[in-house]
Amino acid sequence: MIRLENITKVFNQGTVNENTALRGINLRVKEGDFITIVGSNGAGKTTLFNTISGSFQPTTGDIFFNDKNVTRMPEYKRAQYLGRIFQDPLLGTASNMSLEDNMMICYKKGFKGLKISLNSKMRERFREELKALDMGLEARMEYNVQLFSGGQRQALTLLMTVLSHPDLILLDEHTAALDPKNAALILELTDKFIIDKKLTAMMITHNMSHAIKYGNRILMMHKGEIILDISGEEKKNLTVEGLVKKFYNVKHEELTNDELLMSHE
Amino acid sequence: MKSSGNFFHLLRQAASRNYSLFFIDMFLSERTHVYIIHSKIPADSSACDKIIKDRAMIEGIFVEGLIYGIMVLGVFITFRILDFPDLTVDGSFPLGAAIMASLIISGYNVFFALAAAFLGGVAAGVVTAVIHNRLKVPNLLAGILTMTMLWSVNIRIMGNRANLPLLKNETILTDIVSWTEGIIPSDYTILVFFFLVAMAIKFSMDLFFRTDMGLTLGALGNNEQMVISQGVNINLMKAIGVGLSNGLVAVSGAFAAQYQGFADVGLGTGIVVTGLASVMIGEFIFTSNKIVVLTFRVIIGSIIYKAIMYLGRYYGYHIGLTPNDLKLLAGLLIIACLMIAQGKKRNYFRRWKNDQA
Ligand SMILES: Nc1ncnc2c1ncn2[C@@H]1O[C@H](COP(=O)(O)OP(=O)(O)O)[C@@H](O)[C@H]1O
Ligand SMILES: [Mg+2]
Repeated sequence: MIRLENITKVFNQGTVNENTALRGINLRVKEGDFITIVGSNGAGKTTLFNTISGSFQPTTGDIFFNDKNVTRMPEYKRAQYLGRIFQDPLLGTASNMSLEDNMMICYKKGFKGLKISLNSKMRERFREELKALDMGLEARMEYNVQLFSGGQRQALTLLMTVLSHPDLILLDEHTAALDPKNAALILELTDKFIIDKKLTAMMITHNMSHAIKYGNRILMMHKGEIILDISGEEKKNLTVEGLVKKFYNVKHEELTNDELLMSHE
Repeated sequence: MKSSGNFFHLLRQAASRNYSLFFIDMFLSERTHVYIIHSKIPADSSACDKIIKDRAMIEGIFVEGLIYGIMVLGVFITFRILDFPDLTVDGSFPLGAAIMASLIISGYNVFFALAAAFLGGVAAGVVTAVIHNRLKVPNLLAGILTMTMLWSVNIRIMGNRANLPLLKNETILTDIVSWTEGIIPSDYTILVFFFLVAMAIKFSMDLFFRTDMGLTLGALGNNEQMVISQGVNINLMKAIGVGLSNGLVAVSGAFAAQYQGFADVGLGTGIVVTGLASVMIGEFIFTSNKIVVLTFRVIIGSIIYKAIMYLGRYYGYHIGLTPNDLKLLAGLLIIACLMIAQGKKRNYFRRWKNDQA
């Protein structure tokens, strides 16, 4: 469904700050895949997402959505196919607008016309959907989003993303800014939505045990490359120790990244 | 340019038509020969004095507050909704006035002229948005560029003149007054007319900001990434928003030209400051996240601003303030608003902290 062919990304090309963030990435994402991505800081995980979503263009290589080459398609057009959630809960919603306004804006992708779609029928629908979050938000639809906690906002962003039913959902450490309790809650919700609604998703996390627990496929990135791509039975039986060992076998270097090792529990 | 005798004639004519002298005063203050004329007024025409003193003062505050309120609605869209500080308005206000005046003088239908003024303003706003989008210029600079270019454009529109008098021509106002002649006194007609116009624009705006497009514009000023993620072209949205804003500003300019009886290229100086000050004053009245309340607040803010300026001008005269000092007063007003707003925030924060403890 989504295909990356030989993607490289070089920042500040030709300057002293030249930095190759992606080196020849090839990847096929199949429909229904729930891919988790791990890798040390600076491995290029976010850059990979930015390239897929079109925040910037790759230096070389092509990107295909459903066999259509979208490499030069502007970000807003590609967004029709994508749902994206960032680490910062503020990026998913408009703080100074009410919850129902936010839901209306995210209800349908693409150009917004001069129709007033937010009517009582629509509100009823939103209310029903909000109940799925079990946070009592359905009673606070006229409140500005800035009054809600980070966890509530991220849950809301997740719900709105799921409702627009994108072809691919990109989750970039979307629970990292939350307290452990909320992080666990959002992660469970994410898993439930992706499985129940048969969505396709890629999820970056720096928690190895989460990466192993969720999804049907795991990628490990290192210095701009995908060095491990494990799925199927092998993924199901994976342990953190097994993953570290596999990394060593591939790279013949110690997995020194403190963060990556420390974050498994 | 023109002799001061001609100005004085204008002044007398305006007074005899019961128009407020405020605009003319503002306008004259831009000129060097202002003091000659000023010194002549009290000696020569006690009629003028009287008009200012009683009825016209209250009427002027409301009428001008409403006329400028249309402009402030435009400024509110860019500064507050889109978070796109747009200085184009200093040029699009006189643009509206210039288009209106020159089309009226050329004999076009007044409503056609008003529509043309609106579209002219929209075009000016779109130019600013396109400069900003295409050349990646900061929005402030893009606005200054358009505003500067508009100075020349406005003079062109007025047939290579800096000023176009309208006192002998039929305008929307003279039409309205003649239609209601004998039923309502003309002063009230004008007041009621502008009240209706401002409300009609306010309610259309309320409606617009409840549409899907309007909601999206609301989110744009707060979170561009979110709007992009919804598959919306934010460059197009900015062009629509800034265009709409300047369209309203130009309509305001077109009404101002008719009310005061002339268009002038210098009419736009300080419009941004007036608009921003009015928006900020309004924000002290009440807080809300409902667009209906926000736009209402804007118009109230505009009327209060005019009242402050009127009083500053009228009573300031006794303590030696001249109309030239009004811009200083406007700037100080904004600084005061900012200071009060900051104090409020700090208090709020303190209270919040106490709650936590
Ligand atoms: N916009 C950018 N400009 C320049 N360098 C960047 C930019 N974004 C990322 N990089 C660099 O690319 C590399 C990969 O970054 P990133 O994809 O954010 O890593 P990760 O998300 O895996 O931690 C880093 O060295 C980072 O400094
Ligand atoms: Mg990252």
